[in-house]
Amino acid sequence: MKFAVNKGWSNGRARSGVLQLGSCPFPIQTPALLLTTRKGLPAFISPDLLTSSLPSPDSHLLQFSPLHFLEGISPKTISNIGGLHQMLSLHQHIFAAVPRDSIIALPEHDSTNKYGASFQTPGGRLLIKPAEYVELVSSMKPDFWVTLADEVPAWVSDKRNRTSVDRTLRWLDDCLSLNKTGTTIFGSIVGGSSIEERHRCAQEVAQRNVSGYWIGGFGLGESMDERAALLTAVTDNLPEDMPRHVSGLGLPEEVLQGVAAGIDLFDSTYVYHLTLGGFALTFPLERNKGDNADYQLSDSGGDDMKINLKATIYRKDTSPIVESCNCFTCQNHTKAYLNHLFNVHEMLAQTLLEIHNTHQYLGFFCSIRKAIEEGKFEQFRRNFVESRRECLFAAASSD
Amino acid sequence: MAWFSACSIPAVPLFLQVLGRFNRARAAQLTLPHYLCQTPLFMPVGTQGTIKGLTKNQLEEIGCQIILGNTYHLALRPTSELIDELGGLHKFMNWPRALLTDSGGFQMVSLLHLADITEKGVTFQSPVDGKPMLLTPEESIQIQNRIGADIIMALDDVVRTTITGPRIEEAMYRTLRWIDRCIAAHKRPNEQNLFGIVQGGLDPVLRDICVRGLVERNLPGYAIGGLAGGEDKDSFWRVVAQCTAALPEDKPRYVMGVGYPLDIVVCSALGADMYDCVYPTRTARFGTALVPEGVLKLKHQAMANDIRPIDPMCECMLSRDLHSSIVEGRFPEFVCKFLQTMFPKGDVPEWVCNAMEVAGIDISSCCHEMKV
Repeated sequence: MKFAVNKGWSNGRARSGVLQLGSCPFPIQTPALLLTTRKGLPAFISPDLLTSSLPSPDSHLLQFSPLHFLEGISPKTISNIGGLHQMLSLHQHIFAAVPRDSIIALPEHDSTNKYGASFQTPGGRLLIKPAEYVELVSSMKPDFWVTLADEVPAWVSDKRNRTSVDRTLRWLDDCLSLNKTGTTIFGSIVGGSSIEERHRCAQEVAQRNVSGYWIGGFGLGESMDERAALLTAVTDNLPEDMPRHVSGLGLPEEVLQGVAAGIDLFDSTYVYHLTLGGFALTFPLERNKGDNADYQLSDSGGDDMKINLKATIYRKDTSPIVESCNCFTCQNHTKAYLNHLFNVHEMLAQTLLEIHNTHQYLGFFCSIRKAIEEGKFEQFRRNFVESRRECLFAAASSD
Repeated sequence: MAWFSACSIPAVPLFLQVLGRFNRARAAQLTLPHYLCQTPLFMPVGTQGTIKGLTKNQLEEIGCQIILGNTYHLALRPTSELIDELGGLHKFMNWPRALLTDSGGFQMVSLLHLADITEKGVTFQSPVDGKPMLLTPEESIQIQNRIGADIIMALDDVVRTTITGPRIEEAMYRTLRWIDRCIAAHKRPNEQNLFGIVQGGLDPVLRDICVRGLVERNLPGYAIGGLAGGEDKDSFWRVVAQCTAALPEDKPRYVMGVGYPLDIVVCSALGADMYDCVYPTRTARFGTALVPEGVLKLKHQAMANDIRPIDPMCECMLSRDLHSSIVEGRFPEFVCKFLQTMFPKGDVPEWVCNAMEVAGIDISSCCHEMKV
């Protein structure tokens, strides 16, 4: 794996970079989005559509949890096939193994103990030990993987929090020693909502022989306000030229917060949840202040960033979701058709919507990178957050 | 609408040109307003304006030529008026090839409570509010005119073949009376092709009367209805054989609700051109893959660690193969290979052997002699 930070623009801690990993022949620009998957594929997009309808190479980063494979096809069979890339026939994609995903493998800190980490899954509660985890991961052959962590929510006791850091470090060392094949590992950093513990954990992990850092324990109950300091407590203690990956920062504002703290890779379930609810992202990818001055907040639950395709106002709307969007869905279909598909509960609705939403969110990341390269990230972030507030304020006060 | 004016075809909304034959089997080019099709062809069922989970590009890639839309479902949601207002179903779905809609009658009879058939039409209980509603031949055609498919189906009095008695005769004569009402109600004969449906149960006399009655009306195409509903296979193929022998050569023959790959091969050997069935899409939802040898139940425990592809030969398109084998003069060989793959032990069902005899295709190489 190769990673390099682009130097030369002053954006505070925010940085842009280039990542080159094994299977993918194209370099990936960061900050970048990892697409959330279940067993390696996005919820509603088949492999052929993944390659034909989403931008390349932006859409080549896929995040999965090895825990998904504890039921269904056995890891041994996946190993016999040759790993995930081979099984899904996605040879040019990058697979990142992260134990936690925010949909079906949620950390269960109460049941985690000294032997292993506990997760709440649709199949029940699972306890996974470092050795089992490493074995699972090795049968999948991902491009990089994250060590097992003890993630705790923001409200646990100091003692519990300290224990989680100690355990995470111990499991990191276990994973490193079990890593016989020399695969690419990201060391896990936790620490809950304690600046000191975050500090301690980051410093410890920075001393280990890893290829990058995964920052966990976010999106588990902390507020956005307290998070900023916790993020910088970590990133300030990490070497500059190694990639930082965070889970649990899903919304656009949270992503911006992460970028501002120096994060390079994000996995987010935002697209998945929007798609399930029938919401289509519409945020303009080029934001101009004042553009949305006369936006009306409708009763349908949409706002300046998204629309509810199930709303009856779209029944006869023959325009695409976003006029200027180049995705397959906007190039081929209308809001009226999507409204109908959602109404009659047809599978195609979610396939088309996930394609569009993924496209849009990848475009958002592209805008972030552009802003950084122009040295205007802080301004970009401020404009984004302020115009969101303005729209909601304007809509609320117009009643 | 795409008129293929570069070729020398007359300006009618349907034109059938036979390209190759083997006895009764024919391979043809079927020109429709939106697409130039090759027959024999299979029409997947896109009930609510979509084939479950597949994009239009994926459908084009797998060679789909005509999609069937269900009038009943579309009239319910999003309504035929809305589809019409937005420019027709092709535009609504953005489907560049051909579409066919059924009359709506079958769904009502099979899906709804208190569906009753009178001379006026099909009375049924509205699924929205339970009030009694009536679908007349006129109404069915009007709805289909609004939806705008290349081929529309007449409302027929469809009776299951497992029923016997005077009901079948009543249904057949009513179907003939209703076809006239459908023809009169059809407002777009230059853009949409109205197919009549041959009824008459399993009674050759009734079927004959119906065929002759429909042929007199000189319709653009004919469907063989009332089958694929549980009758025994031996009766099934005989009805198809009788109808295809009596229907005009230069019009397409559509066997409704068929079906399994074996049925399609047999009916094509007997001279049919078009098929529709929910089978492939429905069985896929239950995890069953169709392969030349039959079916693969992919959810079965035995498949859990099987790392071979579904079909190592990857012959995905039966109808395409049928068409090209007839055109290229190797239809009997194709049929034999098909049967050998599906019945490697030579246990070809008797009804298939009987049908192939009438079709004039020698399949003795595929069959084990039952008598020693």
